[in-house]
This record gives sequence, C-alpha cells and structure tokens, in this order.
Amino acid sequence: MPDRRSAMKVIVGSVIAIPALLSEQAMAQAAPAAKTLRLVTPELTMLTSAFNTAGPIYQVSAKVFDGLVDYDFDFNMTPQLATSWDVSKDQRTITFNLRDGVKWHDGKPFTSSDVAWSAMNVWKVAHPRGRATFEDLTSVDTPNELMAVFKFSKPAPVSLMAFHSAESQILPRHLYEGTDLATNPRNVAPVGTGPFRFVGWERGSAVTLEKNPEYWDKSKPLVDRVVIRTIPDAAARSVAFEAQEVDLGGSMPVALSDARRLKDLPQFVIPDKGFEAFAAQAWIEFNVRRPELRDVRVRQAIAHALDKNFMVRAIWLGFGTVATGPISTALKQFYSKDVKTYAFNIEQANKLLDDAGYKRGANGIRFKITHDPLPIAEFYFRTGEYFKQALQKIGIDVELRTQDYATWIKRIYTDNDFDSQNATSYNLPDPSMGVKRYFWSKNIAKGVPFSNGSGYSNPAVDALLESAQVENDAAKRVEQFASFQRIVTEELPQITIADIQWFQLESRRVRGAANGPYGMHGNLAGVSFA
Amino acid sequence: MARMGCTATWPASALPDIVKNSRIWRLLLSRLGRSAVIVAGILVVNFSLLHLAPGDAVSVLAGESGGADKEYVDRLRETYGLGRSLPEQLIAYAKGLLRFDLGWSFRNNTSVSELIWSRVPATLLLVGASVSVAVFIGVVLGVASSRRPNSATDNVISVVSLLAYATPAFWLGLMLIVLFSLKLGWLPTGGFRSADLDLRGFAAAVDIARHAVLPILTLSMFYSAIYARLTRASMLELAQFDYVRTAYAKGLSERAVRYRHVLRNALLPLATLLGIQFGSLLGGAIVIEMVFSWPGLGRLAFEAIMARDMNVLLGILFLSSLLVVFINIAVDMVYAILDPRIRAH
Repeated sequence: MPDRRSAMKVIVGSVIAIPALLSEQAMAQAAPAAKTLRLVTPELTMLTSAFNTAGPIYQVSAKVFDGLVDYDFDFNMTPQLATSWDVSKDQRTITFNLRDGVKWHDGKPFTSSDVAWSAMNVWKVAHPRGRATFEDLTSVDTPNELMAVFKFSKPAPVSLMAFHSAESQILPRHLYEGTDLATNPRNVAPVGTGPFRFVGWERGSAVTLEKNPEYWDKSKPLVDRVVIRTIPDAAARSVAFEAQEVDLGGSMPVALSDARRLKDLPQFVIPDKGFEAFAAQAWIEFNVRRPELRDVRVRQAIAHALDKNFMVRAIWLGFGTVATGPISTALKQFYSKDVKTYAFNIEQANKLLDDAGYKRGANGIRFKITHDPLPIAEFYFRTGEYFKQALQKIGIDVELRTQDYATWIKRIYTDNDFDSQNATSYNLPDPSMGVKRYFWSKNIAKGVPFSNGSGYSNPAVDALLESAQVENDAAKRVEQFASFQRIVTEELPQITIADIQWFQLESRRVRGAANGPYGMHGNLAGVSFA
Repeated sequence: MARMGCTATWPASALPDIVKNSRIWRLLLSRLGRSAVIVAGILVVNFSLLHLAPGDAVSVLAGESGGADKEYVDRLRETYGLGRSLPEQLIAYAKGLLRFDLGWSFRNNTSVSELIWSRVPATLLLVGASVSVAVFIGVVLGVASSRRPNSATDNVISVVSLLAYATPAFWLGLMLIVLFSLKLGWLPTGGFRSADLDLRGFAAAVDIARHAVLPILTLSMFYSAIYARLTRASMLELAQFDYVRTAYAKGLSERAVRYRHVLRNALLPLATLLGIQFGSLLGGAIVIEMVFSWPGLGRLAFEAIMARDMNVLLGILFLSSLLVVFINIAVDMVYAILDPRIRAH
C-alpha cells in the first residue's frame, strides 16, 4: 500500500521536519541586535499616561515622555526637563526653570506653554487622580519660554511628589490644543520629549521605540531600540523570559511561583528596589455598614485571627514583609511604628467576639460573612482561602465568592454589596495620593473604583487627612500621618497584611533598570547591557 | 417553472451547469434574505445580553488606573455615551452599522473597524491553516483507518485521535512550548513575529511561519481527531452501499472505488461540520491565542468582554455572525456542487 504509507510519511515527516527546518533559520537570527532592549507588559490600550494611568501604560509611556523632574530613592526631585526649581516658603508657588533646546520628537521646541497647558487642561481635568493632586493649583504662569510658575491657593506639599513623567505627563500643546483629548490620534502614536521616540505599534503584539538622536543628554540613551512585547497571560510572559525572548518586565510580570523559580536561575535577577514609588500594600477591607462588622471588636478579633507571617510566607512567597498599618515602610518619612498591632492569638480573638455578644451557635458558628477577592491574580484567591480557614477557628463562617473584574468593582464600589474583600493598592509617593482615598469619608463615592468602599467615617481622621493635604510644615505633616495611622489601626476598616515587593524581573545582562524609586517605569535612558 | 435542473446523473462537468441552474440562484437569494433577518436578530440579542453583564467600561478603566474621583468617572461615562438608555444606545449603534461604522473604542483609542481589521490577518492565518491541516490530516487518517477496520493501523489511529480529542488545548500548547521553545529552543514561545528583529521579505515570512507552527499544530490537533473519526465512519458506512458494490462489479480497481466513489460522498458530512465549526473556530481559538500571545480576534474579544468594551465586542460578534451565515450559505452551495441531487430538491 504505497499510497497510504507515503501519506503517513508526509504527515509524520512534516510534523518533525517543519520545526527542525525552521529552527535552522532560528539559529541564524536567535540573537537580537545587541542594543535592543526587550520589555514585556500586559496588553496596552494607549501610549500616554497623561490621562490614563493603567499599569501597562504607566510602564511604557515614560520612555517617550520625559517629566519635569525625576526622583531619587529619598524622593528628592532630580533634574529632567526642569534643570532647577524653587519652592516658595509658603509652598504656594513652585517655579521650574526648563532645559534650553529640548525639542519634541516632531522637531517643535518644548516650552513652558506645553507645561502650563498640560497642567491646566489635562492633569486638572482628565487625569484619574490629578484633580485631587492639583486641586489647589490655580494657574501656571509662563513669564518666558523656559520658566513655568505653578501657583497654588494653598500650600501644595503633595504636588511636589507628583511631577514624575509617569504620573504627570506633559503633552505637546501644538498637537493637542483644540482637539478632543479622548480621540486624539497622538494617544496611540505619541510625540514626546523622552530618550526614545515612537516608531510603531502592532496591536496585540509589540510597540517599537528607537533612540532619540536629539535627546538633551547627548550621552544617552545607551540602547538603540526598545521593543515592548505585549503578552496578556502571566504564564506566557514567564516562558518568554525563560526562553530569553524578553529582558525586562515590571510590576510583578510573572506569577509569584514562577518568579521564585526564575530568580534562582543564573540568567535572571529580581532587584530588591525600584518599586518604592508605588509602595504597594496588601489588605483586607470590611464593609462597616454591616451589623456585625460595624462593631470594632469584631474587626479587631479578625485581626488577631490572621497569622500575617504565614500569609507573607505562603501566599506572597516572601515577596514582602508583614505590615503594621496603612502606610508602607517604603514611605520612610511617613511610616509610623507607633501603632496598635494585633498578635496572632486565637484565644484573644474568641474573647473579643464573646465580649461583643456573638456567641457560638450549636454548630460552632457565631455568624456568617462573605469575602470577595480581587479577581485578577492568584494571590488574592489564596488570601481569600486563608481568610476563610482562619476565621473558621473563631467561629465565623466565610463564604468565598468569585466574579470577573468589572462585576467585582460594581459589587464593591457601586453596590457596596459585600462584607469583606481583599486587594492590593499603591500608597504612591505620598499618602495623600494613595492612602487617603480609602479612609476619607468624603471619598465614599458610589461607582468610583478604589475609593472608600468600606464606608468608614471618622471626623478626626477626615480632619487629619484634610490638614495633611495642605500642611506647609513637613514635620507637622509627619505627625498628622502618625496620628492617622494610630487611629485607623485601632479602628481597622482595613487590616493591612503586608508591604509588597512590587518587583521587576530582569535579565542579568540588563544594567541600571532599578536605579530610582520608579524602577523600570522610568525613562530607561541610563539602561545598558553588560 | 420547469424542473430543468432535475437530473439524477452526475454531470460531466459540474460548473457550467451550475452557473446555468436557476434553482441554485433562487436558493442563494432566499438564503440571503433569510440571513438578513437572522443577522438583525443576532444584533439585538447580542446587544441586550451584553448589557446584562454587571459593570461598565468606565469602572474597569478607572479601576485599572488605580482609582479615580467621582468627576473623572462621570465625565468618562458622559464621553462614552453610557448615560443614555439602552434602546437609545441600540438605535445609535444600528444607525452606525447602516453607515458601515462599527463605532469607536474609547478604551483602545481607535475605531472598532481598525482594531478588528488589524487582527484579521493573524486570525485568518491561524484558523485557515489549522482547518486545512486538520482536514488534510483528518481525511488521510480517516481513510487509512477505514481500510481495514480493527486492524493494528486502525487501532493506533483511533487511540491517537482519542488522545488528541481529549487533550485540553491550553495544556497541549504549554507542553509544546516547553518542548520546542524551552527544551529544544527551536521555536519562539509566542507572538506573531519577532518585533525585535528587522526582517524583510522571505526572512519575515519564515519568521511568521516559525511563530505559527505551534499554534496551528495545537489548534489543528483537536479538529484532525474529529475529522479522522468522521471520515472513517462515513467511509465505512458508504462502503456498504449498493452503488459501491456496483462499482466493484463493473470491474473498477479498489483505488478508483475508494477515492472516486466512496471518499467523494464521505466528504459531505465533513463539509457540514466544517461550516458549523468555522464560526466556533474563530472564537474557539481564544485559548490558543492566549497561550501563544497570538494577536487574533478571539483574544481581542476576550479582552473586550473583561473590559466591557461593548463596541468592540458587538463589532466582533456582528462580523462573526455575518461570517457564519455566509459560510453556511457557501456550504449549501458546496453541497449542490458535490451532490447534484440536492439541487433537484
């Protein structure tokens, strides 16, 4: 039967031969051009974070757009588009002196009018949190092309932490003024001032950037091209790293179990810094509108029932440290040790619940609550599972619920139809930016994600948060935040579990990608290969 | 109308006859008319069903941005037109469709048609190649195993088909990546092409082919198994028919009977199945597209669902419903070509 045999041979042969043949081609081209930096992110939807701060955009856009300033690890401003600055004594006026001769990637000069227009028409209007950060900004004066004077109606300590490019991006006025911000074609083909200019974007595959030959720092950037591959699936990102197809990824690019495995391989490094500007924390939040959870003793009992050390070890696989309160240790100047802590102690937890009047029923159950983990990564589900087990020991029955992201947001922040939930959030460089939103009663805002979902309201806390927003005296601000931490760790609308190492994963060949608190979210002008 | 197409004999040359055959044209017209109604119905059902999902595009966007304030969220809902009632939104959408305008994706900052169009080449390559490979392998294996039922060959092919049929695609995909990309280092782990290499011409085509091998292999595995089983069953069934015995009796060789008489008729149910599956293949490739980061329509649809990007999702669903409808019409026409009797009734 020659016909059948030969057909079989063709099939079997081609299954084996096609990959093999193609692989010869592969050998010839396996090594990328030596100076191409290959990034990986989840799916991108646009390429400027001036008014959309979604994680992947935040990771990419600062390569194309420089900011007014950069920050060092102590959150001091360092020069970028501004060479120097002056903050008035009352912190109501910030004067930036801009770098001379900087050009947009289309050749037009970059001037103070770009800064003024972006601040007043983008940051204050269309940025998700810019309105809060620059609430008291009344005008940006431009006495000349190289001077931008920010005028505030009240002292503005918070804005000083927000001039990084990823957070407050300056758009080219000549391409945006008079257009509809939401549909401007430059949102997906950006023209910036940064070390890399936009070349092309194949949606669903990759964004290509190339070295900006006119960059103001003539010695940089150190690589010729940056290719950003978009890979939506964390497991697929992990194999792309392992096959050495990508060099760098930020904001926990792979599953924790993969990260732990990869970091032990000689090809990879996970730096222990480069994420301080996010100061991520993991927490469990209560809906304090619910009858049982309204009682602070119940919330404290639950805190006593959770073994945070175990959670950091088994759920976060060591990528973090046990947290004491709602401000991360990464924000060195604001973190306070002087707070109420809750030792892992089941007896005490049971006693608190007994005192609160929730006796165990015949089945050993005191009452029942629901728990909704943020449904986007495995550690939230693990946290939920642990929460259920831990609370079983103190007679609280937990019903775990799952749903998709949009449904979860609606449940927590629009319908408030939950008892407890767990998620992570960024403190950001200043607690007024990233922490205030969860505890300030005026931020109980239906339909607004990551607002005050717990319904927690304490006039003393409101007063502290509001004063800190406009406090001129740095020492006083620190004190206000210390009092804030003391009160909320006592009242526990949220139990903070851990300060998370929101790490980036690097090929060992990469140098200089973690040299600031924004890590790979910075402009990468100084990144090179070993 | 005279039954001019009524002929029970296999025509010497099928095509000219078909072009002349008015029944086929009437069939096509009536099918097209019916399809317009079906597509409109699908649109209304899709629109209503999708809006049953809790949450909207703005809350997802604001959530991904790490939070926002009330004004920001309200402003975006206004911009996106989410403040209007559902019937108003549906009418606005339908009006757009009549102008061939699929709308704007605020999430992706681009028009829906551009977004979908950019995913078409990769989708067609993946689905087209997978179907072709699956049909080829399926038919070859099916014919081979139907030659001697329950022989060693048949049993081996049956077991292999069963395995291929039962293996989850994502697992198979991952295992192929582990073997060919990580262990052997022959093929890339995913993506459509090497964006970091500046390839042109033939080298670029080879690069895309290298990226396509594993996704096509994974996707076609499952379908080859189905087609192999189907071909085998049809071949065995048809071999019992009188016309086959007649063919043998008039002294035709086994080969001639097998391929000209049995296989040709055995392909009919395969064509039916292909027509039904082509639509689901477009969507069913989601898992493959996720595992291999393949920039296809399935992934776009999945992301649109998660992000409540309704315009994109409606656009994809609308176009795939069109495609399925037209493919089914095409399948009807193919029947008519494969089997003259269908024309007659």
